[in-house]
Amino acid sequence: MLDEKPRGRLIIATSFVVAFMLTAMPLPEWALTWRPFWVAMVLIYWCMALPNRIGPGTAWFLGLLIDVLQGTLLGMNALGFALIAYLVQKSYQRLRVYPLTQQSMVVGFFLAVYLLLSLWIRGISDDPKITWNYWMPMITSMLLWPWLFIVLRDMRRKFHVS
Amino acid sequence: MILDHKQGHLDSVRSFLSTALYPVQYVVNVPVELAGTVNDAISMHSSLLDENDRLREERLMLNSRLQRYEVLEAENHRLRNLFESSLKLKERVLIAELMAVDLEPFKHQIRINKGKKEGAYDGQPILDATGIMGQIIHVSPFYSDVLLITDPNHSIPVEINRNGLRAIAVGTGQKNVLQLEHLPSNADIKQGDLIVSSGLGHRFPAGYPVGTVRNITLDPAEPFAKIMVIPSARLQSSREVLLVWPHEKARLRYSNMKDFAFYNAR
Repeated sequence: MLDEKPRGRLIIATSFVVAFMLTAMPLPEWALTWRPFWVAMVLIYWCMALPNRIGPGTAWFLGLLIDVLQGTLLGMNALGFALIAYLVQKSYQRLRVYPLTQQSMVVGFFLAVYLLLSLWIRGISDDPKITWNYWMPMITSMLLWPWLFIVLRDMRRKFHVS
Repeated sequence: MILDHKQGHLDSVRSFLSTALYPVQYVVNVPVELAGTVNDAISMHSSLLDENDRLREERLMLNSRLQRYEVLEAENHRLRNLFESSLKLKERVLIAELMAVDLEPFKHQIRINKGKKEGAYDGQPILDATGIMGQIIHVSPFYSDVLLITDPNHSIPVEINRNGLRAIAVGTGQKNVLQLEHLPSNADIKQGDLIVSSGLGHRFPAGYPVGTVRNITLDPAEPFAKIMVIPSARLQSSREVLLVWPHEKARLRYSNMKDFAFYNAR
């Protein structure tokens, strides 16, 4: 199993590209603060499914790309994503057997840790006026997690990504 | 790493990565542009004619007004020559378009489709048809990020058009509100005053509208008045913006008279 050639690199890359596009997609004004963390969610899924392929290194690079895409401080999201990947790698065996609702709770917790870390960095680096809206993406991400999980799992099974 | 970035050593990394990400943004931008094109294509002939008529009239009016301004500009030049102050050259401008890419919602930023390739640089002022919008903070090969004047980290040196009183307009983080800082309670300022850029600090060109004073709150407990300003640029709705290359040597435009007015106001 382990010496099998890694497959489905293209599928993983495509899922991340789609996540990036969803992150950059223009939304109406009221929905801006509700945008789920697409890239972080896809990252959590692949970390959980293939912990030996997707880990903090990949996460760090993806975070850098998000920083560039969104114009935030370079390295802020990189650090947060690497932390998420680390947490998922520590707990993927438990995560896999959880029911979907409990999984989305844990995903929400990971995102909360990530948000807290970036809130901290924002506090040090500059002083934007952060409101309660800041935490909203966490809720939308939690609500969307089961669907994303099913879609990605079916995709992984269909294309035999391992 | 974060500290490193504060000093700006990682800008090259950022612009390198941004080139890799450009296709994603391009793809996201395409449907929006496509919608615009389709809209243009199917709009009615008669409405186009109407618009054409309207624009022609508007052009005529603007042209006549421009003639007056040209006379005034020439006169201004002459007078300035008399004062022996270096004169204001015409600034070079370039039109850029907003990219339909959403950035982080907590920073007041926009992304425009002109970058290093077109000669944009860090700190370059951005205007729209009605006033100053902000300045460039990151330049990438194909696009640049603009910090709007309403961002809490942004401030711009301004003066009141009516009497030349100088102040600093600071972003509040709310959409469409600026605040004038450190103006004493007895300063000569009224509701509806036009605020223009003063050109001090050599970053923004002088004399472009920044906003109008909406209300002034005087709190006896505070040493300074709280002055709210509505930006004149349409920060939320402009689709086309202007990149400005101000003249290298900003001229010294503060004669003694203005300073006198300032101290008088205090």
